[in-house]
Amino acid sequence: MADASIALNRFGLGGRPGDDPGANPRQWLAAQLQRYEPRPQQIAVLPPTSQIAAELADYFEELRQARPQNPGRRQRGPARAKPAMPDSMQSVPGQEMSEKPMAGEAMKERERANDPAAQVRRFARRQAREHYAVAVGARATVALTSPAPFAERLVHFWANHFAVSADKLQVIGLAGAFEFEAIRPHVMGKFGDMLHAVERHPGMLLYLDQAQSIGPNSMTGQIAQRRRAGGNNLPGLNENLAREILELHTLGVRTGYGQSDVTEFARAMTGWTVAGLGRGRGARFAGTDGEPGRFVFAERLHEPGMRTILGKRWTQQGEGQAAAVLDMLATHPATARHIATKLARHFAGDEPPPALVAQLESAFLKSGGDLPTLYRVLIDAPECWAPQPVKFKSPWEWSISAMRALGAEQLQANAANGLLTQLGQPVWRPGSPAGWDDVAAAWAGPDAVMRRVEAAERMAQRTRDTIDARRRATQLFPGALSDTTAQAIARAESPGQGVALMLVAPEFMRR
Amino acid sequence: MLNRRNFVALGAGAIFTSTLGAKMTFASAATTKRFVFIIQRGAADGLGTIAPVGDPGFVSQRGALAEDFASAAKLDSMFALHPGMTTVAGLYQAKQALFVHAVASPYRDRSHFDGQNVLETGGTSAYALKDGWLNRLLSLLPREDKAIALAATVPMALRGPVEVASYAPSALPDATDDLLHRVASMYAGDPQLHGLWEQATATRMLTSDMAADNGRNAAATGDLAAKLLSAEGGARVAMIETGGWDTHAQQRARLGVQLRGLDGMIAALKAGLGPLWNDTMVLVATEFGRTVKVNGTGGTDHGTGSAAMLLGGAVNGGRVLADWPGLGDAALYEGRDLKPTMALDTLIASAVGSHFDLTGAQAAAKLFPNMQASRPIQDLVRA
Repeated sequence: MADASIALNRFGLGGRPGDDPGANPRQWLAAQLQRYEPRPQQIAVLPPTSQIAAELADYFEELRQARPQNPGRRQRGPARAKPAMPDSMQSVPGQEMSEKPMAGEAMKERERANDPAAQVRRFARRQAREHYAVAVGARATVALTSPAPFAERLVHFWANHFAVSADKLQVIGLAGAFEFEAIRPHVMGKFGDMLHAVERHPGMLLYLDQAQSIGPNSMTGQIAQRRRAGGNNLPGLNENLAREILELHTLGVRTGYGQSDVTEFARAMTGWTVAGLGRGRGARFAGTDGEPGRFVFAERLHEPGMRTILGKRWTQQGEGQAAAVLDMLATHPATARHIATKLARHFAGDEPPPALVAQLESAFLKSGGDLPTLYRVLIDAPECWAPQPVKFKSPWEWSISAMRALGAEQLQANAANGLLTQLGQPVWRPGSPAGWDDVAAAWAGPDAVMRRVEAAERMAQRTRDTIDARRRATQLFPGALSDTTAQAIARAESPGQGVALMLVAPEFMRR
Repeated sequence: MLNRRNFVALGAGAIFTSTLGAKMTFASAATTKRFVFIIQRGAADGLGTIAPVGDPGFVSQRGALAEDFASAAKLDSMFALHPGMTTVAGLYQAKQALFVHAVASPYRDRSHFDGQNVLETGGTSAYALKDGWLNRLLSLLPREDKAIALAATVPMALRGPVEVASYAPSALPDATDDLLHRVASMYAGDPQLHGLWEQATATRMLTSDMAADNGRNAAATGDLAAKLLSAEGGARVAMIETGGWDTHAQQRARLGVQLRGLDGMIAALKAGLGPLWNDTMVLVATEFGRTVKVNGTGGTDHGTGSAAMLLGGAVNGGRVLADWPGLGDAALYEGRDLKPTMALDTLIASAVGSHFDLTGAQAAAKLFPNMQASRPIQDLVRA
């Protein structure tokens, strides 16, 4: 593959008509690091986290009101047993303690009007329509039109590294805001800053159950234990986020930490939560009241005491304890290796070249996790310019590059995500905190290829005869178009069929 | 199913949706003769359909696949028909079924797409011709009626200058067959995509196989084909696409239901055509055969020689035509496949030529322009 083609396709998101990396494709890529816009217009107009979280808070309040309260006011009602309920939110700090008993008749009426399962579905649909779909559209539009596609690819990379999944009710509306607020502003900054922003964002705190983690010996934990003596639904410690920070976000799996490190880190993390989702006395007591969606450190949820994590004593108190651990993790050699490996895999192939990993790792450590330093290593690395394609495109990459190739600038609502869902990669729904796999085996399946062919034909039909695929293909893959593809396109029975063939050509399936 | 308003609005080439399990294409020709081409996509196993039970190597070479024929009635001293094909067996008894064995198109490699392209275009190599032999046949027939259509797309065999209609059994939007073929040839040199594509299209073939809905779809297709062929001023030539013949694993059960489905389709076709059956010729053919030996998963892989059938009241049947090459290892093509000793294009040219009273040479030259000079096969139709 010629360098210009590699710059457009492997580093970028695929060419648009008129895109030209010029005589020096490396320079073209490096310039994008400056050109990057953290908050482009399409994103700036979207509702902020505070608004989305306020809706979430209203919803929890409705659920609370609907829940039967007999016999005791802290007894969980039948709604608790419904699997469709947002399980984790049932025990948001403050929520339990703010429940008020309702009069019998009023309660029954409420119950009828508010079948909990129906309520959940209604809310999920509304969040999906008003926030999720709109945010997906904005993400896709930015990817289609950005003058800095390499930088946008990096946004997608980091959002997948710090994956949240809208499979979880509370994340549906927040997934877009999470990427726009915690990832985008830090893509050209330090890894540690991104890490701190990510672990404090309500999208992550809710997704990985940190928001309701309570230190057993915290003030709230003690009260809860006294009040619910004998019950087996005690609110308490949740290790989910702490574990995933170690395993996925920083050090990487099997890098020398043990279960006690996870538990201790989870204790250190207690108190890191989301403000304003629970209302009433309990929230005020726990210190989780305030503007919905804001990060808050709730001292009264925090497990007091010193910690030992990764063989080190952590004597800080309060919020500073977990923050100090995060600082250490952000520049840890295992983190450097983990990040280096993932970046190398993304740009140089499923089996990341060891020399490139080592180079990135050392750049990470030397620069204290300065991300543009790593990007410049990638731009300069010969491994990233291997002439043969090194990656099989994910559905997101394929869809965006296909739409860019056709010169699309605007999308109908839901168009992008409808396509992505059909192709097997709905946006912000990887279904796991590990994010989507970044290897061909995840995407190069027979059915997946057939679906792309079907999608390509539908997309191409809409172009009618406005695009000459013979010319367009040479622009998209300068100096890198195979004779086979050129011939297949040239022999197409119609301009539209030529476009369809271009979109599923081997050149187009890979980067 | 056939919505008249849509039909009028869209005209020829319109796409309709039906619930049938196979794709059909019809063309009109002003003749009393009816011709149906049933294509078996996926390389049907001729040895598992018309078995050479008299060959000394049959049982040892076919292993478990030979068991289907343990008590099957013989057609002649060499061959037996799969016991699932009871209607076809009856046709054979009535001398309305003729089988041709160790037959192959000029294609000698083992790609479904290329093999089907050769079978349908009537060329000598894949993608050499741009139209199909069935369309070229239409150009030789008197044409009064416009062609009508009920398939997602016109299959390659019917493509060409003569306007042809088609009928779609499945909901859109599947990619068009033509695009799929072109993607196949574009991927031919790409090891990863080629392999994925073969699997993808094999899966797709299975989705319209003969066993769908316990064979009822296949019978319904035969029934519908009969209605359209017998309608006043209706189609005289039809092509029915069947899939599901790519039996790489567990062939015995799979091929059994496939053949029963095909048999049911033919039974429905015959019943629906009534007296017209006497003027009908049905050709059943596949792109190539399968390996002689059974593979490790109870199936067979892509091979070369296979079998074809001519069925119908117009056929001079009750015979198996074969210059039998034998199943001994030394007799196999490339050491693995049934060696083709008869040319499928000669068979087709001879059969449709005599069925439509075209002189053999004229039909052959038009249908298979690059065919090696060969003598037409005589006496294929009833005198």
